[in-house]
Amino acid sequence: MTATVVTVTSGKGGVGKTTTTANLAVALASDNSKVVCIDADIGLRNLDVVLGLENRIVYDLVDIVEGRCRLRQAMIRDKRMQELFLIPAAQTRDKSSVSPSDMVRLCDELRPEFDWILIDSPAGIERGFRNSIAPADTVLVVTNPEVSAVRDADRIIGLIEAEEKGPARLIINRLNPSLVKRGDMLTADDVLELLAVELIGIVPEDENVVVSTNRGQPVALDPKSKAGQAFINISHRLRGEKVPFLNLEEKDGFFSRLTKMIHPGGD
Amino acid sequence: MVGENNLTVQIKGVREGLLITLGEGDWLDLESALLSHIDERANFFKGAKIALEVGNHVLHAAEMGSLRDKLSERGVSLWAITSNSPKTEQIAQVLGLATRLSAPRPERVVKPLDTNLTGESAALVHRTLRSGFRLANSGHIIVIGDVNPGAEVVAGGNIVVWGRLRGVVHAGADGNEKAVVCALDMTPTQLRIADLIAALPQKKGKPQPEIARVKDGQVIAEIWNYKIEGGR
Repeated sequence: MTATVVTVTSGKGGVGKTTTTANLAVALASDNSKVVCIDADIGLRNLDVVLGLENRIVYDLVDIVEGRCRLRQAMIRDKRMQELFLIPAAQTRDKSSVSPSDMVRLCDELRPEFDWILIDSPAGIERGFRNSIAPADTVLVVTNPEVSAVRDADRIIGLIEAEEKGPARLIINRLNPSLVKRGDMLTADDVLELLAVELIGIVPEDENVVVSTNRGQPVALDPKSKAGQAFINISHRLRGEKVPFLNLEEKDGFFSRLTKMIHPGGD
Repeated sequence: MVGENNLTVQIKGVREGLLITLGEGDWLDLESALLSHIDERANFFKGAKIALEVGNHVLHAAEMGSLRDKLSERGVSLWAITSNSPKTEQIAQVLGLATRLSAPRPERVVKPLDTNLTGESAALVHRTLRSGFRLANSGHIIVIGDVNPGAEVVAGGNIVVWGRLRGVVHAGADGNEKAVVCALDMTPTQLRIADLIAALPQKKGKPQPEIARVKDGQVIAEIWNYKIEGGR
């Protein structure tokens, strides 16, 4: 096995990097791949919480880098999936505790044993971001359909190109189809027109995400949720499969369902 | 004062016009010494072509440009700058000045009816400038690609964007109000020409190529008119 290193980053904070990392990890692992997630957000770790593994942390990323434990000891196996592991960030240190070359070395050590290494990047464009993209084979940029998030995504895509880690692929997260329909939110096309990169997924706004994040149960475990399905589709596209984009139209009303019954397949 | 000027500013006639040698000292002092020298003998200097020997002085584009402008206000044309500093010579070349006395500017020897143009050199970038990128050049700038919001383009001369212009651009940054900005889609965050700043109104509809320039002390952007502009 030689793992592909996927870094999830965004520039702006709060757009859903950690949620995306957790859900892609779950989606990839439930498809019989061996997956390890690395939380590179040293000092502000979250991925452990979103995955529901917080209470099992003994060692962390900085312990590995500084030689206080072996790699194996810091890897937390997921309760639900045998093939999913987490290397948590240290909470009591800062980004400068790890260097980009530490990250490259760590990933090289992990590569033979895994199919996927997912790195959850911190927000910003400083050390933590550089640590996260140094080992990347492919970079996913998460943005929201908001002007400020898109602006930061543009900056980050430029920096990824400058580091020769491009071309980055884009995830538009928290798209609200009814707001878009009313003309009150940027459309996916608006975002793509500015950023001009390949789109790998659109994740609709979904309140299940908040609920599941709080419970430590990623939505990708529940394929009935639209967001969960969107993350599963992204995981397939990461594998190189062609998956059509979800139809994000609002839930059908009675009449449109009726019309569909009369004209199946018609839109 | 005159005696001191004579020490710092030496003038002699050469085949191509006048050669002025500047001595050591603070650049601003030298410049004002030179200008007062010229002002004192305004009739002699009127219409003169001068070459300037600046020795070890390292001149910036802005200093060179402003000197050239001040000289031309006095009817004196600066055609060459010779310097011991390669950087200064390079800047002189960017501004279209000669840096060797034996090789006068090509324009000067162009005969009437010669249809070969030399043009001016420009920095060309063939990529999209994303947020955070900055492109600066003392001469002209051409971008093939978009200039996204958060990107910045600063030129001493003109700016041409073959793409969507959405960031901040500053043409004629050395104070040249004749500079223009052209773009296929002119929707900059901010557009500056020389010392003038403009925020263009939001536009709706299909973008059209536009040219922005200073007219009557205001920055005006107009849709590119093939009939007018093409016939220039």
